[in-house]
Amino acid sequence: MTEQKTQSTITKFFTRRDTLKTMGAAAGLAAGSQLLSGRYAQAQSSEPIKIGFQAHRTGIGASYGRWYERTTMAATQLINDAGGINGRPVEIVTEDDGTDPKRGAEVVEKFAIQHKTDIVFGTLFSHVVIGSAPRAGELKIPYFVVSEGHHVASGKLNRYVLQPGITDVKSQVQSMAPWVGSNLGKKVTMIFPDFAFGHDHRDYFSAAIAAQGGEVIEKIAIPPTEQSFFKYFPRIPKETEVLYHVMVGPAVLTFVKELGEFFGKDRPQIFGFIDSLEAVDLANPGLEALEGTYFWEGFPRYAQNDGANPHDAFYREKVGVDANGASLSDPKDISTYAHMFGCWETLYIIKQGMEAADYKGPADRAKLIEAVESFTDFPEGPEHPQGAKIFNGQTHQVFGIQNISQVTDGKLKVVHRTSIEDSLYEPEVDYTKMAF
Amino acid sequence: MDGSICMDFGPYLLLASLEGAVQAAVLALTAVGLSLVFGVMRVVNVAHGEFFMLGAVLAWWISNMLTGSPLFGFLAALIFAPLIVAGLAAVADRLILKRLSYDPEATIVATIGLLYIIQQGALTLFGPDARPVAAPFDFRVSFPWFGYSGYKIFVILACVLVLLGVWALLTRTRIGLIMRATQFDRETAQAFGIPVARVYTGVFAFGAMLAAVAAVLIVPTQQAYYLMGLDPLLLSFIVVIIGGLGSLKGTVLAAAVIGLSDGIITIFFDPTLAKILSTILVAMILVFRPTGLFGTATR
Repeated sequence: MTEQKTQSTITKFFTRRDTLKTMGAAAGLAAGSQLLSGRYAQAQSSEPIKIGFQAHRTGIGASYGRWYERTTMAATQLINDAGGINGRPVEIVTEDDGTDPKRGAEVVEKFAIQHKTDIVFGTLFSHVVIGSAPRAGELKIPYFVVSEGHHVASGKLNRYVLQPGITDVKSQVQSMAPWVGSNLGKKVTMIFPDFAFGHDHRDYFSAAIAAQGGEVIEKIAIPPTEQSFFKYFPRIPKETEVLYHVMVGPAVLTFVKELGEFFGKDRPQIFGFIDSLEAVDLANPGLEALEGTYFWEGFPRYAQNDGANPHDAFYREKVGVDANGASLSDPKDISTYAHMFGCWETLYIIKQGMEAADYKGPADRAKLIEAVESFTDFPEGPEHPQGAKIFNGQTHQVFGIQNISQVTDGKLKVVHRTSIEDSLYEPEVDYTKMAF
Repeated sequence: MDGSICMDFGPYLLLASLEGAVQAAVLALTAVGLSLVFGVMRVVNVAHGEFFMLGAVLAWWISNMLTGSPLFGFLAALIFAPLIVAGLAAVADRLILKRLSYDPEATIVATIGLLYIIQQGALTLFGPDARPVAAPFDFRVSFPWFGYSGYKIFVILACVLVLLGVWALLTRTRIGLIMRATQFDRETAQAFGIPVARVYTGVFAFGAMLAAVAAVLIVPTQQAYYLMGLDPLLLSFIVVIIGGLGSLKGTVLAAAVIGLSDGIITIFFDPTLAKILSTILVAMILVFRPTGLFGTATR
C-alpha cells in the first residue's frame, strides 16, 4: 500500500530547491525536449548527455535519497562548469523509485524507453538494485549503482551493472574484522536487517571474524520495517564481547536509543555501521549512551582536520555540508556523509569512461562498459575525495579505504583506517566474459 | 536462528510482557476506534491507520512549534493533535460518507481513497523523513537484569485510563446511550428523535480521535513517518475480527492477546512467526466463529 508519488523533472544546472520551484516549467520543458530529441537525436552533437537518476525520494530510503540527490547535483554542476563530458552538457533526469524494487524496475524502463537516457545511475538500497538490475540488462542500458551491496561482485547481476564508486560490504567487513577482533573482542553478536544488505553483513562478517579466531555467537535478524526493538535485545547472549549492529530505515534512531536504554552503563563493546545512524543527529536526547562506541564510516561525517583527507574540505563545501556533517542551511538536517560521496565519485568515473570510449550516444553503451571495465585504479583527488581506489573490471566492483570512528564527546573521531589491500578478495565472477 | 535464551527465564518473560503490554495497550486504543465506527455506523474505515499516522505527524508538528520543555509540547500535542484529527474526520464524514448514505461497500472504497489522500497529503506537506518527537520525560527504569524506558510504562497506564474513560462514556452517559441506541437500531432511534446524522459524524470523529491519541502517546518511542499507518490498520483489523466487530469488550481482550503474544513470541522465537500465528488465528475465527469471540450477528 505504498503508492508513491512520482516526480519527473529535468534538473539540469539546478539545485533541488530550485527544481521544485520550477517543477511545472521543467515538466513542460521535458515534454518539449522529448519531442525535439525524438526527431533530431542523431543530428545534434551538442545535445546533453542524459543520466537517469534513480532516486529514493520517498519510502524507507528517503533521507539517503535527499542527500544522494544533492551530491549528484553538486558533482554535475562541477562537471558542467568544466565543460561537460565530451563537450556536451550533462543533464540529470530524476525519477523517484519509492525505495521499492518493483517501482525500481519500472523506473529503469521509464529511463530507457520514455526519457531515453544514456545510462541509469544512483541506486542505493540493495533490494531495489536487485529488483532493477535484470530490467537494465534486458534493456541493455548501463546501470551504475551506489549501493554497498555485494550483489554486483557476487556475480548475481549482469554485465550492464557496475559499482565503481562505493565499496561493497564484503570488502568493508573483511578489512575491519582484524581490528575488531584484536581491539574489541572475539565473541560477537550481530544485529542486522532481514534483507539482502543485512544478509551480506551476516555472511561476510561471520567469515571474516572466524578468520581472526573469533566467532559470531548469535545472529539477530530484524524486519526492516520494525518500529520497536526492545524485544530483540534479550537474545543477546551474556558472554557477548562485541555487539555488531547495522540497521536501516525510518526507525534507526529508535534502535540506537533503545539499545542505550537496554544496556545502560553495563554494556559490551559496541561496533556499528554508521547506517544505524545516517541522517540522525548524534545530539538527539538518549544517544549519550553511544559515547565510547565504535562505528564504520565510509567517509567521516565530522571533519577530522588530521590531514588524512586533503580533498574533504572542497567536497564538503560543494555538497553544502558543515564540519559536523549537517546541511549548511539547516544544522538539524544531517547528511548521509558516509555513503553519498559514492554518487560524486561514480559520476566522475562515468565521465572518465565516456571520454575513454568517445561516447556519442546509446549505440556506444557497450563501449562505455568496456572502457570502465578497463580501469584499474582511481587516484585520490577532487574527483575521488574519499581516497584512492582500486577497480576490478571483472567483478565491476571498486575497493577502497575504510574508517573506524569512536564516539568521543558526542562526535565521531576516526581511530583506525584500513588499507585498500586489507579489503581485496578473490574475484567470484568475470563479467567481461559475458556477452552484451 | 538459534533462539537461544540468554537471560534467565523470569526476567526474560518480564521484558516480553512489558513489550507486549505496550503494544497491546496502544493497539486496544486504536482498535476500539475502528470497532466503534463499525459498530455504530457499519462503516469499515480503511483510512483508520492514516488517522493514527496523522496524530503522530501532528504531534511532531505541534511539539516542534512550541519551544520550551518537552512536557509542555507533549501536552499540547496530546490535546490538539486528536482534536484536529477529529475535525478532519468529521469533515470527511460530511463530505464523503454521508453522501454515500453509509452504504457498506461504497464506504470501503471511499475510505481506501481517503487513505491515499491522507497519506500522500502527509508526504507532500510533512515530507518523506521519519522525525523524532521528544518524550515528555526521560528516565530509565533499572531492573536488576536490564533497563527499560520509564515512558513506555507511562504509555501503558495512559492507554488504560483512556480506555476506562471510553467505557464510562459509552455506559454511563447520555451520549453513550444515544450511541448505543443508534447502534442497536438506527431507524427506531431516529423515530425516537435521535439525530442519527449527527451521531454518525460524532462517532466517526471520535473513532479517528482515539487512533490519534494512541499515536501521540506512542510516537515519542518511535518516529513520526508518513507510512506508519499501515501496521496499526492491519493489526486493528485482526483485533477487531478476533474480538467481534462492534464489541468493545472483545476488541480490548483481543488486543491484549495479540499484543502480548506478539511481544512474547517475537522474543522467544521470531517476529515473522508472531505475524503468522495471528493471521492463522484470524482465519480460524472467520471459519469457526465468523462473528468473532464477542460479536453478535449483523442486524
